[in-house]
Amino acid sequence: MTGGYYSIEQVFHVKAGDFASAGEASSQIKKILKQLGIDSTLVRRVSIAAYEAEMNLVIHSVGGELKLKVTPQSIVVTAEDKGPGIPDIDLAMQEGYSTAPEIARELGFGAGMGLPNIKRCADRLNIQSKVGEGTLLEIYFDIKAR
Amino acid sequence: MKLKEYYHSVTLRRDKCRGCTNCIKRCPTEAIRVRDGKARIIAERCIDCGECIRVCPYHAKVAVTDPLSSIERFRYRIALPAPTLYGQFKNVSDINVILAGLKNLGFDYVYEVARGADYVTAFVKQALKDPNRKRPIISSSCPAIVRLIQVRFPELIDNIVDVDSPMEITAQLARNEFCEKYGVKPEEVGVFFITPCAAKMTSIRNPVGRKESSVDGAISIQEIYGQLYNQISKLKREDVAQMASPFGVGWANSGGESLALGIDSYLAVDGIQNVIRVLEEIEDDKLTDLEYFEGLACPGGCVGGPLTVENGFVAKNRIRKLSEKAKGRPVSEDELHEVGQKISWRLDEKILPKPVMKLDDDIVEAMKKMETIKEIYESLPGLDCGSCGSPSCRTLAEDIVRGYASEMDCVFKLREKVKQLALEMIELSEKIPGGRKEKERQE
Ligand SMILES: Nc1ncnc2c1ncn2[C@@H]1O[C@H](COP(=O)(O)OP(=O)(O)O)[C@@H](O)[C@H]1O
Ligand code: SF4
Ligand SMILES: [Mg+2]
Repeated sequence: MTGGYYSIEQVFHVKAGDFASAGEASSQIKKILKQLGIDSTLVRRVSIAAYEAEMNLVIHSVGGELKLKVTPQSIVVTAEDKGPGIPDIDLAMQEGYSTAPEIARELGFGAGMGLPNIKRCADRLNIQSKVGEGTLLEIYFDIKAR
Repeated sequence: MKLKEYYHSVTLRRDKCRGCTNCIKRCPTEAIRVRDGKARIIAERCIDCGECIRVCPYHAKVAVTDPLSSIERFRYRIALPAPTLYGQFKNVSDINVILAGLKNLGFDYVYEVARGADYVTAFVKQALKDPNRKRPIISSSCPAIVRLIQVRFPELIDNIVDVDSPMEITAQLARNEFCEKYGVKPEEVGVFFITPCAAKMTSIRNPVGRKESSVDGAISIQEIYGQLYNQISKLKREDVAQMASPFGVGWANSGGESLALGIDSYLAVDGIQNVIRVLEEIEDDKLTDLEYFEGLACPGGCVGGPLTVENGFVAKNRIRKLSEKAKGRPVSEDELHEVGQKISWRLDEKILPKPVMKLDDDIVEAMKKMETIKEIYESLPGLDCGSCGSPSCRTLAEDIVRGYASEMDCVFKLREKVKQLALEMIELSEKIPGGRKEKERQE
């Protein structure tokens, strides 16, 4: 129990460059949220954001963790990696900006829409990054009382 | 809740069931468990797709449909053959022969569902012109897929096109036409669909998206195949006229419906597991420029329906050839307008989500259950062997938390427990006066 609220957490390890299992963590997240009875439109927003965050870990990072935290009021998806970090976050947030390598582009990734999509889906977004250290992405969603 | 909500055509023949794991593993909604050595179908979850009918090696899963004799309840009888029926017979190069054969089986009138499909195509073409509809527009024609969306993809319910299926539209066209022509009362007429699947039967008894079906019953292709075959080889009748267009006939095959629409950006997918994969992608907004999605539960489309006789691949090829010879024209604007006034072609009842995967209505309770499931799951061997009667270790954990199973249903857990009990027994027995420990102490 944190802050008087019940919460659950699930951590998924995401490997760099592992396109074979890419997307598994976010599809698990989707399944969990459906089982929790979260409103289907919100489930959709979270899954889209989680998928983009997961793919960024696969494509751009040295690997990291995707974490889901649910409380009765909120859903937080966190993507954390240990490098290489984003030099210019504002630039990375721009639609169409991408540094995706050739191999990722061949597989149809690298449209530069991931981060903007995450922002569009989220109620709040927090990005921290340091070159050489890593990136932390915290994606917040409010669960509105029905 | 109304009782009819639990009506399912797919049922278990207990006497034939051996309690194997074939069906529990293949069910797309995890709706089957084996308990006390027999399969059990969870009614709220079943979507009548017929996967279990197809995989059961002992034919213990069956589809309940109406016997041919049930048409005798009505003074006048109309047959609505699904286009799939046309592909079932060898050496038939004229659809009229099949239509005539149906008449010889005791029907007064035959109306091709393929013609109704031509109307559906025309209605859906109109819907495609509306830019405000959610894309992709999803076909409503396979009832198993509509139910799959209710259970697993509620977010996509609004994408389902509000045009009813060829079967429902044909039923109204046929009844109207017959009553007008012969001046009889609609109640005196029984309209029967010749079905390739269980899902259609269920959608007659318990429709989704409309209050009541216009169809009075469904007779399976398997049920009439033999008799119809005999009629076909016998004679020709002049009083039938094939009306459907090549496109309408093509609906029996996966992709036929989309082809009829004449659009570029469509996706036609058959086989329920494939459809699930694509619906996941649509739900995740990964297929952005898709206009239309046609999903059919059966492999190859309705030609692969569980109540067909002929091999689906062979049937598919025959449909292709027969459709080329079909004589009807596509529906004209005027015809569409006229028919649109006369029948109810819209799905006017709201399609509701069926969140049966949800663990609890209360989110905190659901979260607690989720935690317990995780704990139990981690203590299970993770082999997904199915011996417990649940499709996977994960589902057993869920079943335990939902109160439908116990940890001892897992054979490995049970073995552990037995081992532990045995050890305790030995220990206890040694403490009995005259036991080994007792003797050692005395020496
Ligand atoms: N976890 C990360 N680590 C390092 N760089 C990242 C990470 N996530 C995103 N980026 C950078 O931000 C850019 C934009 O990301 P995104 O909008 O998802 O587009 P895309 O993944 O298609 O390139 C990426 O090309 C990459 O340079
Ligand atoms: S694909 Fe056709 S035959 Fe199979 S369940 Fe759907 S409607 Fe019935
Ligand atoms: Mg990206």
